[in-house]
Order: sequence, then structure tokens, then C-alpha cells
Amino acid sequence: MELVNWFNELLAGNLIFTPQTLGYYWNGVVTTTQLVFLSLLVGLVMAVPLSILRGSKHRWIKLPIYAYTYVFRGTPLLIQLYIIYYGVVFVDGIQQTFLWPLLREAFYPALIAFTLNTAAYTTEIFHGAIKATARGEIEAARAYGMSDRMMMRRIILPSAFRRALPAYGNEVIFMLHASAIASVVTLMDITGAARFVYARYYAPFEAFLFAAAIYLCLTFAILYFFRFLERRLLAHLRPQN
Amino acid sequence: MLDLHGYGPRLLEGAGVTIQLAVLSLMLAIVLGLLTASAKMSRSWLLHKIATLYTTVIRGVPDLVLMLLLFFGGQMALNVLTDILYDRSGIDIFINLNAFAAGVITIGFIFGAYMGETFRGAFMAVDHGQIEAGKAYGMSDWLVFRRIRFPLMMRHALPGLSNNWMVLLKTTALVSVIGLSDMVRVAAEASRATHEPFTFLLPVAAIYLLIASVSEWMFARLHKRYNVGFGGH
Repeated sequence: MELVNWFNELLAGNLIFTPQTLGYYWNGVVTTTQLVFLSLLVGLVMAVPLSILRGSKHRWIKLPIYAYTYVFRGTPLLIQLYIIYYGVVFVDGIQQTFLWPLLREAFYPALIAFTLNTAAYTTEIFHGAIKATARGEIEAARAYGMSDRMMMRRIILPSAFRRALPAYGNEVIFMLHASAIASVVTLMDITGAARFVYARYYAPFEAFLFAAAIYLCLTFAILYFFRFLERRLLAHLRPQN
Repeated sequence: MLDLHGYGPRLLEGAGVTIQLAVLSLMLAIVLGLLTASAKMSRSWLLHKIATLYTTVIRGVPDLVLMLLLFFGGQMALNVLTDILYDRSGIDIFINLNAFAAGVITIGFIFGAYMGETFRGAFMAVDHGQIEAGKAYGMSDWLVFRRIRFPLMMRHALPGLSNNWMVLLKTTALVSVIGLSDMVRVAAEASRATHEPFTFLLPVAAIYLLIASVSEWMFARLHKRYNVGFGGH
């Protein structure tokens, strides 16, 4: 009760940041978090097998994956979003399937675009880390008579994923920032809320600076989370003194 | 052949806008990046703090939010400034911040922060003996910068520079949101009007890939040029 009073006093006389607009921003934070978290999760699950296959010796496995990552990393996410958002209607027969009620809303096309995009970047990050595995570790595994599969599981992947951690942290932040374009296809994420508040009150500084502050806080939270993870998981690489 | 429903010329114009925007903002970003790197390496406590604040805040906020802030807020700030000018001295001017200028300023401003980090690392990698040698020849500070520090720094900065350029190129797509008719906006408008999204969006994606491939080739050439005398690595 005291908290509510304090909150009302804080907002008293403030024309723009009413409980209502703060509610928009809060819903925006929820939407942004859902979009970013889900796309990163699915993207990560896709990227692990793709990055292993990307290093395959067979040309017909390696090349299509390379083409996929090249196209998705070489074109703007906005174009990818437009292609999926405007194009999904034209996929034959999709309107008859159970997926249609989901795909008709902007959320799922955006989620698909973000997922495919982050999966492409993450595949390349992991591929680079796998390729950088020290020769000695692979030879040691071979000397122990490990099969390829066991070597991948026990030796290469654990060390590669740890080495990929800093680059992956950057990718997570990149994804958070890239998610701002969801507002272009009418989604009310943080940026969408800011655009709505701007349009309603014609107050660009208040509307967008508040959104910027929220993004800044989220960015720092991600940054510190990954620093913590790196300290824990890369402890064996720190100089010992 | 591809039927573009008469949108062909506008799409081509849009591609021109994209390229102009990207090149101009790259130039602004390089200038800002050099200034930021110098400020970060300077002995002045205040300059260092300002540069650190700039790079931290810019890199922590999405490009689109900064762009909207500068585009909508910039015009308002300009109006306030010209109003003050009118009240004080009777000079009546109206500066209209068009979408192109806002785009160049915002993208240049954003990537200036990234360039600053790239250049700082590269400047620090330059062998100090080379700079001392230049001074021993009696070169002025500017001459040392132009003939020694800059070319040697570029060797270390090129990989980061090329990476920043690729990201910058893709960021230009965002100006379509603030009303600039770049190729993304033209393609999106055409898709909505004709209900044929793939006809317009896929060629635009291909143009982005083409520009990226051409720039990769150009950066490979630059890389060769700035690595003369370093054993071809």
C-alpha cells in the first residue's frame, strides 16, 4: 500500500509517464524478452548440429549450410523479416493448416525470422570454435582410441563451446538490439511501445530515451551474466599466479 | 524475365540511396572513430570519460531506437534552437532535417563508436619505435600521423573495419523505417501494392549480397596494400 502511494506520488503531475504508458513499456519488455529468449533458444538448438555438419568432409552437406549462413548473415534482418511476414501468406495451402492462426499474427513470423538469423550467426561462431580446437587434444583423443562421435562429444564440443562463449555473448546482445525491428511489423515490443507513446504525446525525447534506458539495462544484465559464465567456465584458461 | 510492375527504376534509385547512405555514413563513422580513439588515448581525464560514455551508451542501445530518437527528436531540437535564434537576434531560418541527413548522421554516429574501439586497438598495436624514428627525422606530429601512424595502424584496423562496414551496410536498411526511400522501402511498398513480396524482396536481398561480395574483394585488395613489407600475411 505504501509502495502504491509512493508510486502515485512519483508519477503525480507527470503527463507522459502515467501508469498506463508504463504498462505499455512493461508489456514491451515482456514481448521483447519472449522474442529474444525463444529465438536464441531455438537458434542455439539448431546451430549445434549445423555447426558440426558445417565442418563435414562431404561437399553436399557442407555447402548448403554454408550457403544458408552466407545468405542470412549477408542480408539485413529487416529484409528477412519482410520476406517471411509478407511471404508466408503465399505459401501454398498454408491457410488450411493448423499453423495459420499462429502465422497470421506478427509474433510468429518475427520469431521465425529472428531464429533463422541467430541460428546462422551462431553456426558460424561454433564452427569457428570447433575448427580452432588444438591438434594435440584431437591426437590425444585418437590415441585413447575414441571414435569420432565420442571425441566430438567428450573432447571437441565441451572445449569449443567454452571458447565460443565471448562471441556468443556478443550475439545475444546483437539479437536483443536487432529485435527492435519487430516494431516495424506492428509488434508492441519495447521500441513499439516507445513509438506508440511518441505518436500519442509527440514527445520524442521522453519516449525514446526511456526505451533506450531499458535496452541499456538489459544489455548490461546480459553482459554481466556472460562475464560471470566466462569466469566460471573459462577458469582453466586464466593465468595462474 | 522478372516482371517488376514498373517499380524497376525506383528500385534502382533505392539501391543508389542505400549505397550513398552507406558510403557517407562510413566516412562520418571513420572521422568520429579516429576522434574517439584519440580521445580515449589522450591524457585528458575529461576527454577519456566522454569517449568512454559515448562508446558504452551507443553500443548498448539498438540502432533503430537511436535512429528514431535522432530523427524525431533532432527535428524538435533544431526547431527549438532556431526559435531561440529568432528571439535573440531576429534571424529567421528553418532547418528541415530530411530523412537522408538524419540517416547519415545517426548511422555515422552509431558506427563511430564501433570504429573508435577498432582504431584504438589498432593504434596501440603500432610499434612505438616507428613513431620515435619519425620524430627523430624531425617530422611534425601531423606528418608522423599521416606517414607513419595511420598507414601502420590501418594494417591492424582493416579486419575490424571490414566487419564494421558489413554490419553498417545492413543497418542502412533501417532508414526505410524513418521514411527514406532506400531499396528496402521501395521493395516493401511494391510488395504490399502488388501482393508479390518475393518478386521485390528477393532481388533486394541479392543486391545486398552482391555489395557485400564486392566489398569483400575490395577489402582483400586493401589488405594486400597495407600489408606490403609484412611478409604477405
